[in-house]
Amino acid sequence: MTEQATSEPPIAVQGLRKSFGAQMILDGLTFQLVAGQVTCVLGRSGTGKSVLLKLLIGLTSPDAGSIRLDGQDMARASPKELHEARKKIGFLFQQAALYDSMTIEENVAFPLRRHTNLSDAACHQRVLQLLGSVGMDRDRNKMPSDISGGMSKRVGLARALALEPAMVMFDEPTAGLDPITAAEIAKLIVELRDQRHITSLVVTHDLHTARTIADRLIVLDAGKTLFDGTFEGLHESKDPFIAQYVKDAD
Amino acid sequence: MEEVRAFGRPFHAMFEWVGELGFFCGRVAKAIFSRPFEGAEFLRQLDAIGAKSLPLVALAGAATGVVLSLQTRDSLTRFGARSLLPAVIVFSLVKETGPIITGLIASGRVGAGIGAELGSMRVTEQIDAMEASGVDPHKFLAGTRILACIVAMPLLTLAADFFGILMGWIACTLADPMSLRLFLSTGLHGVTFKDLLPPTLKTAVFGLIIGVVSCFQGMRSQGGTEGVGRSATSSVVLSSLFIIVADILLVRLIIELF
Repeated sequence: MTEQATSEPPIAVQGLRKSFGAQMILDGLTFQLVAGQVTCVLGRSGTGKSVLLKLLIGLTSPDAGSIRLDGQDMARASPKELHEARKKIGFLFQQAALYDSMTIEENVAFPLRRHTNLSDAACHQRVLQLLGSVGMDRDRNKMPSDISGGMSKRVGLARALALEPAMVMFDEPTAGLDPITAAEIAKLIVELRDQRHITSLVVTHDLHTARTIADRLIVLDAGKTLFDGTFEGLHESKDPFIAQYVKDAD
Repeated sequence: MEEVRAFGRPFHAMFEWVGELGFFCGRVAKAIFSRPFEGAEFLRQLDAIGAKSLPLVALAGAATGVVLSLQTRDSLTRFGARSLLPAVIVFSLVKETGPIITGLIASGRVGAGIGAELGSMRVTEQIDAMEASGVDPHKFLAGTRILACIVAMPLLTLAADFFGILMGWIACTLADPMSLRLFLSTGLHGVTFKDLLPPTLKTAVFGLIIGVVSCFQGMRSQGGTEGVGRSATSSVVLSSLFIIVADILLVRLIIELF
């Protein structure tokens, strides 16, 4: 599952529009992801970065435009097809969104128990392996309320990887974390690309993290793509907003 | 023109709410009857909703039995019909007081619990996370809770009836000593399954109301902790209101059919 099965791009977005009331959030967004790359979507707070992720996995419906996941049109997918498509994608939420009535182990085991036929012992082993890969295996019996924000994100990442997805989406993975923990999360994202060839889409406003992990950057402003290219290209951009953004981040 | 719009706004919101509720019910009904069935989660919810509500429902039933005994003794004595006291307590509890007390107590405890729990899950993106991992929350969260409410309510009603009758007898015998056997034989004389089953089973409808309303209000919660509070409150208020209305309709229906 870690290799793209088809020649279709993992995600292809065409003319995507979304507004809430009179406020236009995304205004004709178009881009394609490249398999095996880490793509960072940057922009100021409130520019619709998190909305974009929710649109991509069908948690919110677009007003116009198309989203194709591995060639499948998400707008025309039935609820069952949507659920099937989502199993191929891992999603790390901004606040990790761990189920607070379950232990850490149960959180990570949840998708495995739902979508695989693993025995209890095999499931336990797989959970230990996943938690071990993010350094959280010793805390497996704790409740989400008993661990820190950084630890929650690591558990959230382990849960997102449970079904061995071909692609993972990250919503502000380093927001609110101290620099050391943020660097650890960034390192995990890079390892996913280098060791498992997982395609990642990372929404962030943290340019430092983006510099560490991204193969490609997409900068959003006023619902449109302002820049699409590499980090070097971003530094060379003459656009006043981007120049200011880079300057302030440095 | 603005006044007309302002006047119509609450009606628009109400129709929107009803439409969304209908859509929600459709999704849940479809999800409940599709495989795989959520047996383990259903049992967990049956415990949380049914078993954990038992002490409160039993206490409410017992208190009702005592109050019925104390209040009706005086009235029946005035009309020279004190010997009917056991029958009045039993009939009153079994046919109406037990079911409606259980419904309203459960709508408070269970409705608030479900509304707050699902509301909290909504605003902390746990429901989104569930959906993102390919699990239908209408099935796993709403379906299991609604079914558990439907199954638990008649059982809780039987418990309320039992404790109400028991405490009614104790209150009776403290004022005018009477054996339990005599109390029951007098009280249950003439009581048939037609008197017990329809009123008890109508609480399954109360369970459906509590489950659907509180799951719906919880899952559409928005606006942080304040929104969670609103969901919990509206779950209790709306389910209590609908239970009272449904009770009137069901009593009329039961009288017609039985």
